[in-house]
Amino acid sequence: MRLAPLGLLVVLLLSSCSDNLPRSTLNPVGENAQTIDDLFRLTLAIAAVFFVGVNGAVVYAAIRYRARKNDDTEPKQIHGNDTLEITWTVIPALILATIAVPTVRTIFELAEEPPNALQVEVIGHQWWWEYRYPELGVVTANELWIPTDQPVFLSMTTDDEDVIHSFWIPNLNGKRDVVPGRVNTLTVSAPEPGVYLGQCAEFCGLSHSQMRMTVHAAEPADFDAWVDQQLAPGDVDENSAGWGLFLDKGCSACHAIGGTTAEGGGLNPGPDLTHIGSRSTFAGASFELTTENLKAWLRNPSDLKPMRPDSNRGMPNLGLNEDEIDTLVAFLQDLK
Amino acid sequence: MATLTPEVLDTEEPGSHEATGGLWSWITTVDHKRIGLMYGGTAMFFFLLGGIEALFIRLQLAVPDGTVLTSDQYNQLFTMHGTTMVFLVIMPLAAAFGNYLLPLMIGARDVAFPRMNAMSYWVFLFGGIFLSSSFFLGGFPDGGWFGYAPLSTQSEVIRMDFWAIGLLILGIASLAGAVNFTTTIFTMRAPGMSMFKMPVFVWMQLVVAFLLLFSLPVITVALFEVLFDRNFGTLFFDPAAGGDPILYQHLFWLFGHPEVYILILPSMGIISEVLPVFSRKPLFGYQFVVFAGAAIALLGFGVWSHHMFTSGLGPVAESAFSLTTMFIAVPTGIKIFNWIGTTWGGKISLKTPMLFSLGFIAMFTIGGLSGVTHAVVPADTQQTDTYYVVAHFHYVLFGGAMFGIFAGIYYWWPKISGRYLSETLGKWHFWLMLLGFNLTFAPQHWLGLQGMARRTAVYPPDIGLDTLNMVSTIGAFTIAVSMLPFLYAMFVNSRKGLAAPADAWDGRTLEWSISSPPPHHNFHEVPHVEAIDDFWHQKYGEDEEGRAVRIKTFPEPSRYTDEYIHLPSPSYYPIMLAAGLVLMAYGFVFAPLGIPLFVIGALVLFGGAFGWAQEDPDHPMGDHADHHADAHEGTETGDEAQAGADASGDVSSDDVSSEDVKTGEVEVAADESGGDDV
Amino acid sequence: MSSETAVHGPIGTDGADIRKTAMWAFLGSECLFFGSFIATFLLYSDETNGGPGTELFDIPFTSVSSFVLLMSSLTMVLAHNAYEREDKRQMRIWLVATALLGTVFLGGQVFEFTTFYAEGLRMDISPFGSAFFVLTGFHGAHVAIGVIMLTSMVIMSRRGNLHSHRGMNVELVGLYWHFVDIVWIVIFTVVYLLQV
Repeated sequence: MRLAPLGLLVVLLLSSCSDNLPRSTLNPVGENAQTIDDLFRLTLAIAAVFFVGVNGAVVYAAIRYRARKNDDTEPKQIHGNDTLEITWTVIPALILATIAVPTVRTIFELAEEPPNALQVEVIGHQWWWEYRYPELGVVTANELWIPTDQPVFLSMTTDDEDVIHSFWIPNLNGKRDVVPGRVNTLTVSAPEPGVYLGQCAEFCGLSHSQMRMTVHAAEPADFDAWVDQQLAPGDVDENSAGWGLFLDKGCSACHAIGGTTAEGGGLNPGPDLTHIGSRSTFAGASFELTTENLKAWLRNPSDLKPMRPDSNRGMPNLGLNEDEIDTLVAFLQDLK
Repeated sequence: MATLTPEVLDTEEPGSHEATGGLWSWITTVDHKRIGLMYGGTAMFFFLLGGIEALFIRLQLAVPDGTVLTSDQYNQLFTMHGTTMVFLVIMPLAAAFGNYLLPLMIGARDVAFPRMNAMSYWVFLFGGIFLSSSFFLGGFPDGGWFGYAPLSTQSEVIRMDFWAIGLLILGIASLAGAVNFTTTIFTMRAPGMSMFKMPVFVWMQLVVAFLLLFSLPVITVALFEVLFDRNFGTLFFDPAAGGDPILYQHLFWLFGHPEVYILILPSMGIISEVLPVFSRKPLFGYQFVVFAGAAIALLGFGVWSHHMFTSGLGPVAESAFSLTTMFIAVPTGIKIFNWIGTTWGGKISLKTPMLFSLGFIAMFTIGGLSGVTHAVVPADTQQTDTYYVVAHFHYVLFGGAMFGIFAGIYYWWPKISGRYLSETLGKWHFWLMLLGFNLTFAPQHWLGLQGMARRTAVYPPDIGLDTLNMVSTIGAFTIAVSMLPFLYAMFVNSRKGLAAPADAWDGRTLEWSISSPPPHHNFHEVPHVEAIDDFWHQKYGEDEEGRAVRIKTFPEPSRYTDEYIHLPSPSYYPIMLAAGLVLMAYGFVFAPLGIPLFVIGALVLFGGAFGWAQEDPDHPMGDHADHHADAHEGTETGDEAQAGADASGDVSSDDVSSEDVKTGEVEVAADESGGDDV
Repeated sequence: MSSETAVHGPIGTDGADIRKTAMWAFLGSECLFFGSFIATFLLYSDETNGGPGTELFDIPFTSVSSFVLLMSSLTMVLAHNAYEREDKRQMRIWLVATALLGTVFLGGQVFEFTTFYAEGLRMDISPFGSAFFVLTGFHGAHVAIGVIMLTSMVIMSRRGNLHSHRGMNVELVGLYWHFVDIVWIVIFTVVYLLQV
């Protein structure tokens, strides 16, 4: 009976292997994630031996030495055994040493900055991610694009007024905290093209659970095409109703659109919207970028994702009417 | 108080001058047994509260994009669930067992400082109420039980003030308790009980007291710094001014990791008492179990940064803390192997306390092994802040600490109440809880590895988290169901339970040599101890094969004695002092409006302290004169004679509330001579 | 028996004064309390955030107030000595002297704090300021509590209800007082002398 739930779980585990697990550490794609997974499986195998040994012994003893009816004899009073004590001190210590050696080696290995890495600055905000590619001049949000043929070296921090976040793409590498006042680094790489999901992993307040991100790994040519597209200025008709609303409703106070007077920033910076129409998600990669979702967002952002605009955290309710919402959504979706 | 039954209340001695019934006698009590029961009852109440919080959390997470709670409510609930279970449940439950049992197990009549002991309880109770009352005053704290700066220093609402001040208040209770237990264990053991003849439970309480002494001040500093940043404009954790949020993490975990051992070691002590009794064998490798406990405590101060492996310590520090963390598995393993060695070759009786103890070993081992995978830093960078860690520490703190506590409740309940708890209900409780526990937390290992981050109110569908979350929620409700037979056994069935003799389980330690429930003064005669498990060795010898042989049978001891034994006077100053403290806390939180309340609280506090310092244990409450005897006197000689002398001198002049522990005779003599008035 | 007990107070099974055991345990805990604040200060000793730093320290002045506090340890020893001799009058004199020296030290701290504030070092100007004021402030609070305890000893002794074997006595307050002095020596060395 004791092992029944564990057996059930093994079944569940095996069955889940065939599922789509885009956020699983057990599905390593990146080189570092693979290294970590190998080390974890080694540790797990050793732990499994101890698990079976110890819990097997507990169950065995409980059955084998159970007091039987009509047996009044007393057991031998054994107070201890020094040889056994030394044995079960030394052997686990040796086994731990065999785990410690590859552990320390891997710690140093993972901390190294790979040569020829693409540099990206990651800035954590409550509750979205900003990415800057200093060598390429690209600025974007939530969806990190990386080439499949090059490791990417992330230098991560937050604004001084922000809180601690943690950048984590389980398929690609372990997590690394993003701490105000410090720059922490992390290397990610994805030899296979695809979309890998991530989640802020350090509790960062109200909408921590909806501070997600994605990594789009693209073949070198696709990546270059993406960079070219990102470098283009925003496709804005300055006479359009949408642009007028964007200015009138104060969007430009927080959001930038490249090549226009909207420079964003300020006390409560929001994602750069120059190419928002070309992204597949928004609001901390929490929602699919569809017309319906965008409309719901503009009706009242906090209905979808709770925020504290009064404390300069997140997007306020702009009090738009349905016509204005339609116009703005169309305007945003045209920003390819 | 929730667990009290009429049997427990019935501690009167015929002709005693103690007011036993009524609320007032509980409010003013300084009896370690009553304080222990109040600690236990209050903590079990908070356990139910924390459990309800957990059920809400699991309801929200049962399906993706859950809508039971808002993010705001969810953040409050997981913060309070953690804070409640750590500070208001497991720590005070350990204090409950320590209070009730330490004096009984070392052959003393009370703890070293009975009134300080009462103060610890009241400060804990009021601190718990203070923390929980935030629900009605703007919401529970919402910055996590760990309160990382700068998140905890930023929010404008007062929720995290409640958290920081609440923990400071609870810290006072724990610190006073730790001073009290340390002193009790060092100075009040029965004659002959050297340190290495103490029961392992007493050893573990001593180790825990030391851990508290040296770790609580560190979190106190962290909390003060947060509080000052929030309220007085200091810049300890403001990065814009050069403050470093990582400092907070170091301070918090320098407390927080020893805290883990503070939570688990008392339960390790409990099962180290239970396993030998139900295996009918001595504890295997007593010294090794004791040394391993001490080693865990020492090493526990050198592993704190393994909670910060992703904060960017650099590879050198990460490697160092990785090694110390792995190393701490060695003494932990020694304990586990010795417990198994204790059962090996025994005559095991699978009564409920034994089931929970074996469950402890099995479940704690799983938590220990997943802990080793955290020591592997690269693996930890994938696991930390995910449900894998949630699973890990629930295996340690629920499968470990709470299972040990339940083992202790079933084991010592006959001593406390004079009746056994129902075995049938106990077995239902155990098996349902074991099932529910594993259903809840085993899947969380996989959830974490599959990318489910901690403290997230919602998770997306279609990433492989749905099924296991539902299983986990079903498990949580199974745990809730498993509490029903326990509560029924406690509240309803215990009144008609089987009457328990003094030596309810053929026990090994001193508490089984006295009546069930114990006399108010614990021991008619202070025992003389010659061996580890002295009581067992009075009953059993060994034949040439080393098998136990009964050599003596004791008659059922009486709960009463004709001697008058002096016990400490009840006092209302401890509760007064505690009330003053919590009034000040409310005043502070609601400053500037609350300043009058703060002043009133300060006056009450100083009034309590002043009265305390003036109180005379040999006169009724409220009389002037000097400090109460936390005194106790060398017990080597002639207790009965002294008690007799006391009786003649005191009974006539004292009113109902006057007693003094430890024969008090010396104080009387000294007072009369006046020689100590300096 | 009673006279010995009178001096040494409540004793445990092994003959030790249980309150002294408790006081040592408490003071051990206090070491970590001050240690953590000192560690905070060391981390922030250069984080002046553009505000004033250690150049404000007036070492001669603080040396004098440190000397005053050190002398109070001497008078505390004399008070304890008189207490052992059961010389109430002498004991009260030295207790008063100790309390006075403690008060002078506190006065010096108030003066120092006022001067620093006037010169722009505040606890809300930089982590350095925060760490400095909170560390030395908590130490000052400990001295103040000590002064209160010393004063109540004197009052209780005058009223004839200072019972050596119950609650606080001169020896315990002495232990506390010496501890607070030693902590100041560490603070003076680490915060003042090593930083300028």
